[in-house]
Amino acid sequence: MTKLNSAFPGADDITRVVLKNGITVLCRTNFNSPSVVLSGYLSGGTLFDTKEKLGLADFTASCLMRGNEKRDFQNIYDALESVGAGFGFNARTHSVGFGGRSLAEDLPLLLEMLSDGLRQPTFADEHVERLRAQYLVGLALRAQDTGDMAEMVFDEILYAGHPYSLPDDGFPETIEAITCDDLIAFHREKYGPRDMVVSVVGAIDADAAVAQVEQMLGDWENPAQAVKPDLADMLPLDERTQRHHAIAGKSQADLMLGFLGPKRLDPDFMAASLGNSILGRFGLMGRIGDAVREKAGLAYYAYSSLSAGIGPGAWYIGAGVNPANLEKAIDLILKELENFIESGVTEEELLDNQTNYIGRLPLSLESNQGVAGALLNIERYDLGLDYYRNYPDLVRAVTRDDILAVARKYIEPARVAIATAGP
Amino acid sequence: MTEEITKKTLKNGLTVLLKEIHTAPLISSWVWYRVGSRDEVPGKTGISHWVEHMQFKGTPEFPANILDKAISREGGVWNAFTYLDWTTYYETMPADKIDLALRLEADRMVNSGFDPEEVASERTVIISEREGSENEPMFKLGEAVQAASFRIHPYHHRVIGDMADLHSMTRDDLYEHYQTYYTPNNAVMAVAGDFETEKMLGRIEELFGQIPAGPTPKRIERPEPEASGGLSLTVEGEGETTFLQVAYRFPSATDPDFFPLTVLDSLLSGASSLNMFGGGISNKTSRLYRALVEKEITVNAGAGAQATIDPYLYSFTMITRPERTPDEALAALDAEIERVQNELVSTDEVARAVKQARALFAYGSESITNQGFWLGYAEMFADYDWFLTYLDKLAAVTPADVQRVAQKYLRPQARVIGTYLPVNGEMEND
Repeated sequence: MTKLNSAFPGADDITRVVLKNGITVLCRTNFNSPSVVLSGYLSGGTLFDTKEKLGLADFTASCLMRGNEKRDFQNIYDALESVGAGFGFNARTHSVGFGGRSLAEDLPLLLEMLSDGLRQPTFADEHVERLRAQYLVGLALRAQDTGDMAEMVFDEILYAGHPYSLPDDGFPETIEAITCDDLIAFHREKYGPRDMVVSVVGAIDADAAVAQVEQMLGDWENPAQAVKPDLADMLPLDERTQRHHAIAGKSQADLMLGFLGPKRLDPDFMAASLGNSILGRFGLMGRIGDAVREKAGLAYYAYSSLSAGIGPGAWYIGAGVNPANLEKAIDLILKELENFIESGVTEEELLDNQTNYIGRLPLSLESNQGVAGALLNIERYDLGLDYYRNYPDLVRAVTRDDILAVARKYIEPARVAIATAGP
Repeated sequence: MTEEITKKTLKNGLTVLLKEIHTAPLISSWVWYRVGSRDEVPGKTGISHWVEHMQFKGTPEFPANILDKAISREGGVWNAFTYLDWTTYYETMPADKIDLALRLEADRMVNSGFDPEEVASERTVIISEREGSENEPMFKLGEAVQAASFRIHPYHHRVIGDMADLHSMTRDDLYEHYQTYYTPNNAVMAVAGDFETEKMLGRIEELFGQIPAGPTPKRIERPEPEASGGLSLTVEGEGETTFLQVAYRFPSATDPDFFPLTVLDSLLSGASSLNMFGGGISNKTSRLYRALVEKEITVNAGAGAQATIDPYLYSFTMITRPERTPDEALAALDAEIERVQNELVSTDEVARAVKQARALFAYGSESITNQGFWLGYAEMFADYDWFLTYLDKLAAVTPADVQRVAQKYLRPQARVIGTYLPVNGEMEND
């Protein structure tokens, strides 16, 4: 049988090099498939957005593949699609992500797309306007989507006054307000090699991959690159806050209910993660799925989620329910939460979820994309190159008391945020 | 592709396909049943999908609350899909834990209980699933176009079924459906991953070999007559966005025309893949993207066809820009279709479509789960050879083939045009 550790990346098979201009390159070779994945992130996320021009970071990232000094839009995609490759950029809250894949022989093409997109985008009027039209249609669709609107209202309640309360894709009036000059200035001031991370995983020798990255990006400099904005912490709500967003003609309502959660690097993250798994992930969506879907038949989906990153996280429950059953579902979920913070989890539940976390690791790391994501995770949070090999010990170290403590710390039904969207 | 597999039929008729892959300590096991929404009659639409849901409700040996925990505890993932022609269940597990999945599938092939209380609770879950879909304009439009495309053939209705039937079907209807179709001789077992073939085959024989064969289920034979005139329909709903869907007939997967049409689809709307897990690539150089999105008529342009037993649909879908009309989008689509009907495409374009397909196969092969999927999938409408020779058949397509099938299938008399028109549904919000 194939040995377990050979499937996990570690210090002995990850190559990590920091280039002179500050770009960190991570590589892992895998000749099992003839393909290669290139992914990573750099500065330029939506935290830089102002309220008046919300969506600027995302808009800027979208422009990077619309034409550069070397290739126009059609030439870019002709080069990629002709060889069955894909590549793109997208802005997230803290960074701009990029990613693509190709057959291994076409890695130089992916690197060209990365380098040319970052260093020589042209922001042609024609493409800016075309993108703007697409954004506006996207926002019109968002306004009709019960899931999207429930999430937006939830963020508004939970993160009131914090940048996390704002949608990354903006509002129609802010998208309308963005000019070509704004895009050019945002790119010039926010993008740069400092803090950039590139990972290459696939059928390529690691040293060769590092050399290719260095050749394409090693001489990139931007002395004007802005420093990342500070991020404030958040306090829990003072009281239970509930808001409904009405959308006509819908058969189903979406519900989001929850609290602030830990950051990824908080010491209680792993306990919260396992607790969340027991609450609303494990099996057919944990205790929440069992109560709301399996026993009460109230929803097609009901789950809990822990969203933990650099800033204050969120710990929430989501469900899609018939509008007539909305209050019933909310009551049922709150009852489950009260039970969760009152009695905690059983030894059996903890053991089940620990074995699940450890057992599913090979599956999450089987593809090049999975490994590339793992390498970026290691780098983003400074977890150490052997993180995935040490992971089973980290999971096993969590106790029932740890979970009870973290649950009581974050889950306070008297301060719950509840957002619903539907008819 | 390197494809050494073992195929064997057990005495009870169960077809077994095995493929050893030793790249990761994982095994993916799939059980496929030859039953889907095409096997349903009015009054019982959606029954195959509902039975699939009930298969997660447990057996005496694996009660519901044990079942899901057992798989998850071992670090496995599992799910099921119901489609037009088939229903499939899979588990991907750490290699040394796969026995649980095999035991579970053998057990629920015959021992599911269909407890009336569980049926009642699942009824509301499935109704909720349908209500969630009804929130989407594209679901409403797609359902109307599909229904208008098939008057006779049971491809007429959606896999989820009609709401009226979801309210009226009984526990006994479901159980009878289960007993009729869930037999070893109506199933294919496909396992891919880190195992030794001989041992795996032995274990499958041990677990599944004793399950008695049933009568071979008869599939509904109601061929749709050739379309003799185009249809247009509109669906109205809240929102601000107009959607257009244009559906032509697409031949069955075993029809030789399937392959030139697949190449044609790549040129018109972008490369499509046979991956269930592994994704695709962008379509920004496709002819339709250039003619519709680049010309600022629509904000997107896509199309898709499926590999099916009987002829199904080749559907073009787009969202028009607010200042443009669906008629303008249709005219631009028609112009592109006429172009492929009147002018030969270049051999380079055909070669490009084949290279794209090759790359997509490479991406799909990274996932053991996807490899397990591939192993059984083609058996549902052809056999595994269909899959193995797929790229060769694409490579053999000539520009003249592409032109011929464009002329044969993309006729205005053989299509349904559906438009989703938004009506003002604004509501007051704080």
